[in-house]
Amino acid sequence: MNLLPWTIYLSFGGAALALAAGARSAAAARWIALATVAAAWGLVLAAAAGFMPANGLQTLADAAWVPSMGVRYHLAADGISLTLLVLTGLAATAGVLFSWNIEERTGEFFAFYLTLIGGVYGVFLSADAFLFFVFYEIAIVPKYFLIANWGSTNREYGAMKLVLYSFAGSALVLAGLLWAYAAGGARSFELQDLAAAAAHFTHGEQLGMFALVFLGFAVLAGLFPFHTWAPTGHVAAPTAASMLLAGVVMKLGAYGCLRVAMPLFPAGLAFWQPVIAWLAVAGIVYGGLVALVQDDFKFVIGYSSVSHMGFVLLGLAAANVRAASGAVLQMFSHGVIAGLLFAVVGRIVYDRTHTRRLEELSALPLHRLLPFAAVTFVLAGLASMGMPGFSGFPAELAILIGAWQTAPAWAAAAALGVLIAAAFTLRVMQLAFFGSAREVPALEAPATPLPAITPAEKAGAILLLAATVVVGLKPDLLLNWITPALQSPFFQAVLKGGAP
Amino acid sequence: MSGVPWLSLIIFVPWAGALLLAVRPRLGGRAVRLLALLCSLSTLAFGLALLGSFDRAATGYQFVEDHAWIAALNVHYHLGLDGLSLILVLLTGLVAPSALLASWRQERDPRLFQLLFLFLQGSALGVFLALDFFHWFIFWELSLVPAFFLIKLWGGGAATRAAYQFIIYTMAGSACMLLAFAAIFAATGTLDFTQLAGLAASGALGVKLAALGGFWPEAVFLGVFLGLAVKVPLFPFHTWLPPAYAEAPTGVSMFLTGVMSKMGVYGFFRILWPLFPAPLHAASGGLLWLALGGVVLGAFAAMRQSDLKRMVAYSSINHVSYCLLALFAVAAATGRSGLTSEPAAAALSGALLQMFNHGLSASALFFCVGVLESRGGGRRGLAEFGGVRSAAPVFAGLCGIAMFSSLGLPGLNGFVGEFLIFRGVFGLAPWAAATGCLGLLVTAIFLLTFYQRVFHGPRAGAGAGEFCDLSGLETATLAPAIALMFLLGVLPQLLIGLYNPLVTFWAGHLTLP
Amino acid sequence: MTPDYTGLVRALLPEAALVAGALVVLGLDLAFFRRRAAAFRLRAAIAVAALATVAAIGLALGGGARGEVFGGVLIFDSLAVAARLGVLVLVLLVLGISTGAPTPRHPAEYAAIILFAAVGFTLMAAAQQLLLAFLALELASLSLYVLAGFDKSRPESVEAALKYFLFGGMSAAFLLFGFSLIYGLAGSIELPRIAESLAQQGLSPLLAVALVMVLVAFGFKAAAAPFHLWAPDAYEGAPTPSAALIASASKLAGFVLFARLLWPGLHAVAGNVAAAPVGGGWLPVVAVLSGASLLLGNLGALAQTNVRRLLAYSAIAHAGTLLLGVIAFGAAGPAPLFYYAATYGIATAGAFGVIAVLERAGGCEKITDLAGLHRRSPLLAGCLLVFILSLAGIPPLAGFFGKFAVFAAALQLGGAGGPAGWLTFAAIFLSAVALYYYLVVLKQALVAVPAEQAGPVTVPGAAALTLLAAAALIVFFGLCPSLLLDFF
Repeated sequence: MNLLPWTIYLSFGGAALALAAGARSAAAARWIALATVAAAWGLVLAAAAGFMPANGLQTLADAAWVPSMGVRYHLAADGISLTLLVLTGLAATAGVLFSWNIEERTGEFFAFYLTLIGGVYGVFLSADAFLFFVFYEIAIVPKYFLIANWGSTNREYGAMKLVLYSFAGSALVLAGLLWAYAAGGARSFELQDLAAAAAHFTHGEQLGMFALVFLGFAVLAGLFPFHTWAPTGHVAAPTAASMLLAGVVMKLGAYGCLRVAMPLFPAGLAFWQPVIAWLAVAGIVYGGLVALVQDDFKFVIGYSSVSHMGFVLLGLAAANVRAASGAVLQMFSHGVIAGLLFAVVGRIVYDRTHTRRLEELSALPLHRLLPFAAVTFVLAGLASMGMPGFSGFPAELAILIGAWQTAPAWAAAAALGVLIAAAFTLRVMQLAFFGSAREVPALEAPATPLPAITPAEKAGAILLLAATVVVGLKPDLLLNWITPALQSPFFQAVLKGGAP
Repeated sequence: MSGVPWLSLIIFVPWAGALLLAVRPRLGGRAVRLLALLCSLSTLAFGLALLGSFDRAATGYQFVEDHAWIAALNVHYHLGLDGLSLILVLLTGLVAPSALLASWRQERDPRLFQLLFLFLQGSALGVFLALDFFHWFIFWELSLVPAFFLIKLWGGGAATRAAYQFIIYTMAGSACMLLAFAAIFAATGTLDFTQLAGLAASGALGVKLAALGGFWPEAVFLGVFLGLAVKVPLFPFHTWLPPAYAEAPTGVSMFLTGVMSKMGVYGFFRILWPLFPAPLHAASGGLLWLALGGVVLGAFAAMRQSDLKRMVAYSSINHVSYCLLALFAVAAATGRSGLTSEPAAAALSGALLQMFNHGLSASALFFCVGVLESRGGGRRGLAEFGGVRSAAPVFAGLCGIAMFSSLGLPGLNGFVGEFLIFRGVFGLAPWAAATGCLGLLVTAIFLLTFYQRVFHGPRAGAGAGEFCDLSGLETATLAPAIALMFLLGVLPQLLIGLYNPLVTFWAGHLTLP
Repeated sequence: MTPDYTGLVRALLPEAALVAGALVVLGLDLAFFRRRAAAFRLRAAIAVAALATVAAIGLALGGGARGEVFGGVLIFDSLAVAARLGVLVLVLLVLGISTGAPTPRHPAEYAAIILFAAVGFTLMAAAQQLLLAFLALELASLSLYVLAGFDKSRPESVEAALKYFLFGGMSAAFLLFGFSLIYGLAGSIELPRIAESLAQQGLSPLLAVALVMVLVAFGFKAAAAPFHLWAPDAYEGAPTPSAALIASASKLAGFVLFARLLWPGLHAVAGNVAAAPVGGGWLPVVAVLSGASLLLGNLGALAQTNVRRLLAYSAIAHAGTLLLGVIAFGAAGPAPLFYYAATYGIATAGAFGVIAVLERAGGCEKITDLAGLHRRSPLLAGCLLVFILSLAGIPPLAGFFGKFAVFAAALQLGGAGGPAGWLTFAAIFLSAVALYYYLVVLKQALVAVPAEQAGPVTVPGAAALTLLAAAALIVFFGLCPSLLLDFF
């Protein structure tokens, strides 16, 4: 466990190395990047193997940083962090594998990529609110360059919109955190200390602080109606960046809501709960409905991400252990699934067919030309629908149960979202891969074969698929970490009830 | 016998076959078909083996497998077999291989076809054997996916639309059921059917759900009901069925009507009735009408079809609705004073028997229509054929037997089930039985019309040209079913004996909590 | 009381070194280097000037002058010591940058005037008496006017100098008038005495007039709205190293001077902005200046296409935040203000340095002239990335901590309820606006493809070293902010 901070250092170090190496050879940069993400993920898995849930965060590193302001370099992890760290490592490794074909400015690409990863690892490991915020902001700027330099549709606009929304969200968070810090006597930024101080704030202060901090984080999590950056940005981004952005970075926002906003200001959550829940439901339904009418393949996935993150936010808003554990599980599940979907669309399909418009794709017999992609997408699509057997199902079930316990109406509305997800997934599956299933004669070879699936792509896809199936059949693997963490004293004020 | 996880084997051998086919893309056509057929037959083999050691006197679950699985959701890997499941397993074991045999000549991508089919078979078996909602729902949902692809990729002209309608409709119902079970778990902390049934019997389930207040307890019942009703299908949730059955390729239609429709009915018996006896009783008045609607309107609609496949599809709706008619009649009569258990037992017994018999006869009918279609160059209109009997006498004979079985001719298997149902329902809700007879009448009309138009008379249409009689393969596909039709018509106790104690137990414990 | 001349001399050794250095630069050039090429003369002049500056730094560090000197005319508290060092470091950076800029016509004079300006800045940092403050301010300002107009070949430079001079002269007049009124009211020109006297008097209309005068001058010096009108033209027209000096060292020294003037000196009539309603005094006025600067600076920068004007408007916006630091000075001490001003200075000087090198290589007027910098010179692109991100306030760079420290201090004054709190929130949200125009610059530098005629850029050694050192400082202070913050 104590080696977990090295995930951060390795990532930043790898970024510098990749930048230096990339000037000489693109291949060197790739291998350095792969080695870095794999090593970091290895550290996480090793920590996971020996993880014993304790009563809250377990400290990994703690040193005074700016004593006069009460800022400490405090890294710690619990079951929730660990789950998300596993996700980060997985998504990062798969992302590097799916970026193997980047030729332009490869060193810089991987430098930005690894810096982003380092920032994400840092967020999940921070136990000091200031440090949390620092890593959160470090993760913002590389996103701009990844999208603007190597992206596709409307990339400069998409990059700017994504980054400005993220930064605006983080500005809100900064405002709220500083307010809390100042109101608490400006002694410490430790999450525990802030929570203790916040217990004495006036009701009005708690409401305002919660609103600022939660909203700021929720923007990054794609809360309706502040979600519009997500489809634009994710579509504009290159594949590996989309995988990371939709898969992991959106979870930073949700994690911030869970780790910072909710435990610090429970009164605030109690007040704003219905608003958040209905906005989340709106996101679930609206995201799904919009996905249903898209013509661009990638936009469908982009909007589906908004819909899935709506589930996460609903789970958090329900404010009980069951729903929150479902939310964290959904974070993991969606991270893997979104990665898979973007990989298929961006790398496997677009790089070969050079089109993402469903109208054009349905004229190609893709299930014959790219059978691996078709199968992968079918499986990923099923997982995205919440089909039992894949990781989305136990997550959505837990969220529905938890939401039902708080307000049955929310659960009913969310179940509608499950149906809409099935509809748009099936539509895009059919149009993209099986559109011309009728016209191709049985035994004829396709006219122009497309480039074969590379081993790197296969490895990445199989890795992600395996993850979603394993967690779908045995969600206990993760829930055994998540639930004790949610039952720790830190969350007691805001989450109701332990598991039955 | 103990120690071997028979039930898991039943489910997973077809899946293993599917996996094998998936990872060996270069297997030749023959090998693919043989492997698939073998895996499919394994179900029958296991079923017969279990038949041998099945304790017919017991009413509880046998060959139970129960392992802790997901602690966080209190989920156990719980499989069990009782009389009801056993006959459905046997049914699947019979229908699936014959469906595969019916698709033997399928040339388009046979490997993928067999693979999907085996996956479908395994999932259906899982539905019949699972006793905890978590994996029951996994199997329930997973059965939709191969069915969707089978219809879509190998189906007729409007296959895509039909497949979509099928899956969206069913998933809508499943979403309702998922929500309902989430609520049930929230209230009780368990998803196990046996435990929930126990809670319901003692009245605790009703109390816990009532704690929600408002209309939510009814909503929970409605959610489970909708999920199952769409699958059966119960009128008026049936609109997906005729296109789906009509557009699907022959083998798939056989399996859909033979096995998948039974999944819905099974759900009513295994889940809805034990868990919600009181709400079911309260709603049974309206539900009886719905079942009758399916019976009568299904038959009338069939009569008006000119497409033979759609005719058989509507007839399926009609026949399956009899099972639900019986169940709802029993539910309506529950708690009524002066009720003897005899009509209830008859109705329930008839329903179970009807499940099996309809599975046999309907799949046989679809096969016959499939033969007509293939001989007729893709045409399957009622007016497209004439005088086939003189061209293919064996075929006409076997088809006639299947048709009569579906009609309910005494001496064939269909009669016993329908008779028992009507006898029971007459004792419980006489007016319903009377209205249902209308269905019987109309069924007879359209089936006889079908037979007369297609097989009798001068040779016309497709029947006029080259019309070979049944090949060896086709005969082999049809013969077992036909034989069983005779056998079960004369000796229905072969089946009834398997579930009689169970039915007697149900009928003897008709109380509201 | 005998004046303590030895103490004074000892305290002012760094200034002496600077002046000596300036004289040496001029003398050498006059005597020996007249015939040499301009590039050589520049390098020689800068080398000597840099040496003098380093000597001054050493003397400032080593010199034991602490506390009041010469009867209270100068004060060497932690703020003064830090500010002097900061100013000298910034001057060193500017000297380094000027080796990469296009060579001025009179390089020795250029270097010498920079050193004279440095003398003015260091004196501003330590002044505790009104007269000395004004003298130092004027010394610095006059030097800066000349530096702004140094490039006679370009009319923009002359125009910039003229505007700067006119505005500056006006504000100097205001300041002097204000000082004289304060002297009249308080009876002394030493800040501690003034503070005592005003504490008894309270706020009278005449004092209010004096405060307004002082604040006008402050606003001008800080380039705060609505006294900012000179800044865009001055930054755009002046030779790049001059602009760098104006933006960095002059700001730092100016803020330190005025902060010392306002808080230790005039705090009695400060007023209150912690909670609404505000108390009468100069604090509410400063708050208004701060808000106006933040708004005008950020919104004005959005529309800019000229990279220097963009930096000018960003300077106005940063002035707004610095004024917030001044507001918080009373309760939180000098640390946030100093840290922010110093690191902002380094970042701005660095940004101007990159522009200077590009100017020498072919011109850098519009933002689009930065296009493809990552290909033309990865070094410049990387350094520019660091500087711009620090200006935007992105961790782990120093600019982020500066903003953070200032905001935290301001929020502690009265929580979110009072004007100080609202101003802080406004500043936080406007920083999101600021990120947009900073990213526009970075987009050109790191994303866009170079224009066809734009070739690779070679960076002169000294300039490269300077830029790298500046970037390193920003990263270093970003990772270890307590070195500066805990100095006080």
